[in-house]
Amino acid sequence: MSELLRRYGIGLSAIFIALTAFWLLMLVILPDLYLFENSFRPYLPAVDVGGPKDFYSFANYLNFFQTPIHIQVFGLTVLFASVVTAICFALSYPIAYYLAKVANPRDVATLFLLLLIPLWVSEILRCFALFIMLSFKGPLNMTLIGLGIIHDPIRWITAYNSLMIGLVYVYILFMLFPIYNAIQSLDINQIEAARDLGSPWWRTHWRVIIPHSKPGIASGCVMVFMLSAGSLFVPSLLGSTTSRWFTEIIQQWMFDAFDWNTGAAYAFLLLLLCIIFVSIMMRVFRVSLADIAK
Amino acid sequence: MSSQKLSAWLLWIYLLLFLFIMLSPLFVMGGAALNDSRFPSVYPWKGFTTQWFVDLWNDPRMWIAGRNTLLVAFGVVALALPIGTAGAILINSLSGATRAIVYGFMVAPILTPGAVIGISTLLFWRTFSIPAGLHLSALGQTSFIAAYVMLLVLARLQSFDAGLEEAALDLGASHGQVLRRILLPHLYPALGAGAIIGFFQSVENFNVTLFTRGGSDTLTVYVGSMVRTGAPPTINALALILILITVTATIIYEVLRRRALAREMAADALLK
Repeated sequence: MSELLRRYGIGLSAIFIALTAFWLLMLVILPDLYLFENSFRPYLPAVDVGGPKDFYSFANYLNFFQTPIHIQVFGLTVLFASVVTAICFALSYPIAYYLAKVANPRDVATLFLLLLIPLWVSEILRCFALFIMLSFKGPLNMTLIGLGIIHDPIRWITAYNSLMIGLVYVYILFMLFPIYNAIQSLDINQIEAARDLGSPWWRTHWRVIIPHSKPGIASGCVMVFMLSAGSLFVPSLLGSTTSRWFTEIIQQWMFDAFDWNTGAAYAFLLLLLCIIFVSIMMRVFRVSLADIAK
Repeated sequence: MSSQKLSAWLLWIYLLLFLFIMLSPLFVMGGAALNDSRFPSVYPWKGFTTQWFVDLWNDPRMWIAGRNTLLVAFGVVALALPIGTAGAILINSLSGATRAIVYGFMVAPILTPGAVIGISTLLFWRTFSIPAGLHLSALGQTSFIAAYVMLLVLARLQSFDAGLEEAALDLGASHGQVLRRILLPHLYPALGAGAIIGFFQSVENFNVTLFTRGGSDTLTVYVGSMVRTGAPPTINALALILILITVTATIIYEVLRRRALAREMAADALLK
């Protein structure tokens, strides 16, 4: 802090501190505290707010714990978001490895650009694009029939199928890029040394490359899990009549019931889930928060 | 063929397949904008039309949503750039446990689901009787976009030689001059990248905006609601335009980034 004063003087230092304080207090910490506080208060008409009926209770959380279907949807969301995270890792790791260590560096520039484009196209549009592809008489089914692979169109949008495909499609690049960055910083000599010493390819990955890329894997897993579990649009467009997602229940409280307090309680549960997931990842991969978010 | 070559070849095939799967839905969606069919698809192809672009042009709701999107995005960039930069300079002068804690609060919004940010922003400002609306969307988005700017600026600060500031101060420069003439010029690449990334993050944002927007539309919310209620091909026309803008921006961003990288490497080579 004294260094800040010495380098930038009192005036500028005060401005830096004020801007940071506005950000952290008014946009991050206090809103989350208010979310927490509101989640313990009842939903009341405006005249009763602050009156005798306005007291703290666990009623909003009991709402969750006494509704088996909500607990079930929460559990399924955790389960399927974890599966999506695992699939994203399995599918993107070979590509990250190929781009970082195998491909010709001159090609990588172009390949990178091709991968950046879908990353920069919004989630909503990519989800819509996939929705068109997967529709019953859509391009995917027609292509498969045209190629003679299937005879009758497949109903893709059923159960959790299309939702899972959608989440993987929309969020996989958030796994690919962190892992690519991590593998890229590994010295190629380490891989060659392992190979020269007779290590089979799978052991080189298991003992050399994956341990080195742990920060990237942790970062990718956290991002994909958080984005999937917290996704609002993918479940609403690619979900079927039998798939339900926890964020859909939050939306019902907020927009249909107008019960913002119960909505706050449910949103807090989602936040808690993500905090727990981040802590588990930091434990398992032995990385710091600075490794995950960079 | 050696096993190494074989595996490189298999990975190459896999990568091509991956790229095809990632990109083909975008082509289909864009192509459907030009198909003379009421349903948004390229199959069956019923002939070329520009009708959907005309319909889009005549849709007043789209124009309002587009204007709102730009308003929010410029607001977010205007807020997030100074906040993120100040945060990075501040965190750079901290160390030890304080640094770890403050850093944790700064990156937390990146790891928080958009729905949580949206709802907490809505509830917090309600206590000051500030109703939902685009201003809240901008504030909510700023909370995590400022974190991206902070990370970019912080990375850039690592290559900054604090000795330059010392020299300028010793030679009688004021603190304001040091900031304007020495530190900020060094940070320009990071600030440029932050502005582009922040702008696009804001334009594409759906989750935070959905809860904080009140009754106003942004383009993403407009597209989202149209798509869910049976999308007319005008949405494909809009999608095609947005994709073309995105592709252009991506290419410009990459070219600028590589040029800066090449310049830096050349400068490094000179110093050695």
